[in-house]
Amino acid sequence: MPQPPDQIVDLRGTPCPLNWVKAKLRLEEMRSGQRLEILLDNGDPILNVSRTIKSEGYRIVQAIPHDGYVQLLVEKT
Amino acid sequence: MSDRVENSNTPAAQTAAEDLKAGGFIPQRQPGKITIRCKTPGGRISSERLERIAQVAAKFGQGMVHLSVRQSPEIPYVDLSDLEAVVRELGEAGQEIASCGKRFRVATACGGCEYNPNAWTETQRLAQESTARFFGEDTPHKFKVCFAGCVRDCVRSRAADLGFQGLVEPKLAPENCTRCGLCLQACQEEALQMGEDQLPVRDLDRCISCGDCIKACLFDAMIPHRLGHGVFAGGKHGKHPHAAYPLAQFVGDAQVHAVIAATLSWYREHGKRGERLGDVLDRVGVDSYRRALKLVVGDALLAAADLTKPRWKRVYCRGLVETFPPYGEV
Repeated sequence: MPQPPDQIVDLRGTPCPLNWVKAKLRLEEMRSGQRLEILLDNGDPILNVSRTIKSEGYRIVQAIPHDGYVQLLVEKT
Repeated sequence: MSDRVENSNTPAAQTAAEDLKAGGFIPQRQPGKITIRCKTPGGRISSERLERIAQVAAKFGQGMVHLSVRQSPEIPYVDLSDLEAVVRELGEAGQEIASCGKRFRVATACGGCEYNPNAWTETQRLAQESTARFFGEDTPHKFKVCFAGCVRDCVRSRAADLGFQGLVEPKLAPENCTRCGLCLQACQEEALQMGEDQLPVRDLDRCISCGDCIKACLFDAMIPHRLGHGVFAGGKHGKHPHAAYPLAQFVGDAQVHAVIAATLSWYREHGKRGERLGDVLDRVGVDSYRRALKLVVGDALLAAADLTKPRWKRVYCRGLVETFPPYGEV
């Protein structure tokens, strides 16, 4: 099991692109090596936020699908 | 007869009209007034040209521009007597006039893979190139081409005479797969299942090549394997809307202009004056056109031919696909 997250942001119910903005702001204020757990709705939020997290060079530690949402663990590199 | 109408008969105005055989100027309900349609393939306009359009609209029109449904800026309320000056002043900034009537129209396109996050294919370049090559060619009726960068199809390629849609074929890099199942969750087509070793397996009969599985994958395990264009022909909106026939899949960039040329050629050979491509396909039979297209795209044609596949029933929802005539051997 990966170590627990330093912070958790629940973006379920937060529409695009506000979810992307909130996730990015959280990650920006974190230190390198810290981990953020992100809860995201299925559908477009997954596609949009995932793409951003990948392209901006954060490390995805774990992705766990749940019923209707996904739990992501992201590490700031 | 008003002065304005008389003005349209001056030698200058006639010369300008000669230059505008492809149309692009539309008589308004106000006598002597015309709307000038600017040629902006793919809806892309340089700042310089956009500024010039605005200046011309202020000088010769009513200081406003209308954006047509097919991405063209139109300058209403131009006096017929100013036609030549308007064409000249737009031309100084490199702004050409679009077309209307029974001919190849300016191609439309989404932003494409250059900056549109959904798109997989380069639509803007194809819109520019195809317009440069085919613009204004006479056809039995209007002929509209458009390029969508993905199957979300914002530019409505299924309602165009000839529409292209960006497709992506995903491939699994199993060494990167964490078996998280995010790709299965992202797929709205139920085209992915967990197979042996808990690795995702794709059902080709259901996959619509949208690439959502690739976008959802956080571990570079689901990756693009092949890009190309889906080809749709015979679509239109208007008084009698016609859903386009799916013709081919994964046609390469290099084949796109040959597909257009072959389609125009077939359309001119078989179409009656005033008959849209979709109506010609219905009357003559889609297989005749498919034979012409096969010479250009080969096997890409066959990939889209089986309308009984689940993916087409999902794409053309509510039983629409059942209304298509069955495709034959070509």
